[in-house]
Amino acid sequence: MKLRQKKILTAYLFLLVPLTFFAFIRFYPMVSAFYISFTDWNIISPVKNFVGFSNYVKIFQDQVFRVSLLNTLKYVLYGVPSVIILSLSLALLLNNITKFQGFYRLVYVMPYITPLVATSWVWRWMYQKPPTGVINNFLNFLGLPARSFLMSTTEALPSIVATTVWIEVGYCVIIFLAGLQSIPKEYLEAAKVDGANRRQLLFRITIPLLNPVIVFLSVMEMIMFLRIFTQVYNMSDQGSGGPLNSTKPLVLYIYQKAFKSFDMGTATAATVILFLIILAITVIQLKVLNRKVQY
Amino acid sequence: MRKYLLVVLSLLLILSVSIFAKVKIVYWQYYFETKVKAIDELIKEFQKLYPDIEVEHVTFPYESFNEKVASSVPAGTGPDVVNLYYGWIPKYVTSGYLQPLPENEFSDEYFQKNFFAFVPKGVEFMGKRYALPIAVRSLALFWNKDLFKEAGLDPQRPPRTLQELVDMAKKLTKYDKQGNIVQAGLATQPSGQGHHWIREVLTRQFGGAPYSDDYTKVTYQDVPAALKFYTDLITVHKVGYPGFMNDDITAFTSQAAAMNIDGSFRIASLKKAGINFGVAELPEYNGIKSNFASFWANGITKNATGEKLDAAIKFIKFLSSDKVMEIWLEKVGELPANPAVAQKYYNDPIYGPFLKGLEYAHATFFVDETAQRQVMMDAVDKVWLKGISPEQAFKESAQTEQAVLDKFWKSVGK
Repeated sequence: MKLRQKKILTAYLFLLVPLTFFAFIRFYPMVSAFYISFTDWNIISPVKNFVGFSNYVKIFQDQVFRVSLLNTLKYVLYGVPSVIILSLSLALLLNNITKFQGFYRLVYVMPYITPLVATSWVWRWMYQKPPTGVINNFLNFLGLPARSFLMSTTEALPSIVATTVWIEVGYCVIIFLAGLQSIPKEYLEAAKVDGANRRQLLFRITIPLLNPVIVFLSVMEMIMFLRIFTQVYNMSDQGSGGPLNSTKPLVLYIYQKAFKSFDMGTATAATVILFLIILAITVIQLKVLNRKVQY
Repeated sequence: MRKYLLVVLSLLLILSVSIFAKVKIVYWQYYFETKVKAIDELIKEFQKLYPDIEVEHVTFPYESFNEKVASSVPAGTGPDVVNLYYGWIPKYVTSGYLQPLPENEFSDEYFQKNFFAFVPKGVEFMGKRYALPIAVRSLALFWNKDLFKEAGLDPQRPPRTLQELVDMAKKLTKYDKQGNIVQAGLATQPSGQGHHWIREVLTRQFGGAPYSDDYTKVTYQDVPAALKFYTDLITVHKVGYPGFMNDDITAFTSQAAAMNIDGSFRIASLKKAGINFGVAELPEYNGIKSNFASFWANGITKNATGEKLDAAIKFIKFLSSDKVMEIWLEKVGELPANPAVAQKYYNDPIYGPFLKGLEYAHATFFVDETAQRQVMMDAVDKVWLKGISPEQAFKESAQTEQAVLDKFWKSVGK
């Protein structure tokens, strides 16, 4: 055996460990989930009867599934632009500050590093009606009527989005700041010398150069909002995704089908749908991110 | 010669196993500290009583209990006796997991003599019975004596009828300047025990029944007055609303709700919180009393055959004996399932009302408790959040729930 062959063999030998791990811990459950979505398995039963596409037909006939799918899209539509615009603005402002920058960064990243269950419950209590809720007590103090927030079918979802945006902004600000600091100062100075105003600097130089970061964060946030679960589970009554399913996202629907109704077939079918949506977004991400832009 | 030796050896082996070896059975339950400790003690007692039987006690976190059971079935490593929620019996049976209790050991008379009337019905599925409870739970009205006094009501006199309940709740409710409730007269939380109260109690009191006798048809939509009574508490009398102080338990424990309908399992935490509370039977209406009971029960799995089956029978009978029920009430705080044992505690001011409630209680046959609770929560939400009429809301819920029932009965081939 030649030295080169030996080297390759050694490399594969070491690679074997992570490969085995991926095969059994990642891919096997995934393939298995695909298989279960074509069966009527109820988690307890030893038999899994093959039922073809009937689980898929069933979930698309299920009004709750359609509502959850719609809610998930609402989370993405309300959440992603809010997070991106808010965190970009904050990052631009923070970038101008030279004193206490570390402190401000810490303040913004704090919600992100706090356990999600804890922040969800704190917000759940802040959203309460009087006499408990801080926000409503403040409204009361100003002489304004109390709002229902989580107890209303129209306000509950935006309320949860607001909490999530507050959490995610911390993470995005840090990434944006890193992106901003990687923009060469010379570009901005040269533009200033040429007489560009602040508006032009922002829209003609900073934002185009920040494009890869914006795309990356948009995709990450999109996937995050598509998989939203913990906040909703902890902020709705008994983790129901209520009132009247108005906050139920797809992942909560899957969880309830699988571990409350023990209907693994429809739960995995819904999982496959979610997987396909995320896959599509990831493919688009790769296409867009790999596009080389020269300025 | 060698053949002969082999026969002798194997005979010896069989003989020695049957003489010296103990029969070992495995018992599974979910982890709840007081229950686990109580069972450990009881196993010692049981083994003293039957020295030739050994019981291995295995516990799992509640969240993963069903999954553990599920994975142990195909592997053939599951328990011989399993502790399960009575509402899971249909699923365990249809999955081929439980075996029916042998009728010669567990006759009608045995059930009649040892259990309240709702128990044999609660453990029955397709004409066969599958499990025995140690203890049961029921509902009652909790009231805060301090808040009663403060509102000028007699702190020793809880409401006895639904009319009194409404009148007293109104007197006990406080509002701020903007009309927000700051103290609820009665906590209304369908996601807590409220959905049981509507389903098994109010529906019957307003002259109907929640389901047909064989639980194949939803029938509560025929008595929308039951739902109307509940939602009127929220929208007309304004004595509370779902989610006030987050939930009914928090509201009552923090003395922000003067009354609540809750289960016997709440007694310990309320005592610990130092609330000056009383317990009363659920208010009656039209002279009808009703209650909801639920329980965890011990069933025998298909793993247990031959000697193991005999041992398992002895074990579950032992766990449902009078003495064990008394220990259970003291150590775990759950109510005895045997009326004769319960009678001893009828005069207890706390346990008494719960026990009396068991006489006329119903154990709902749930095929998917979460989904069936959800339709009740939704019915209430539709009325108070969306302004839909109770008639319409109950009808829609009944339709959704009927679909759940139909799917279940179809899956078991009925």
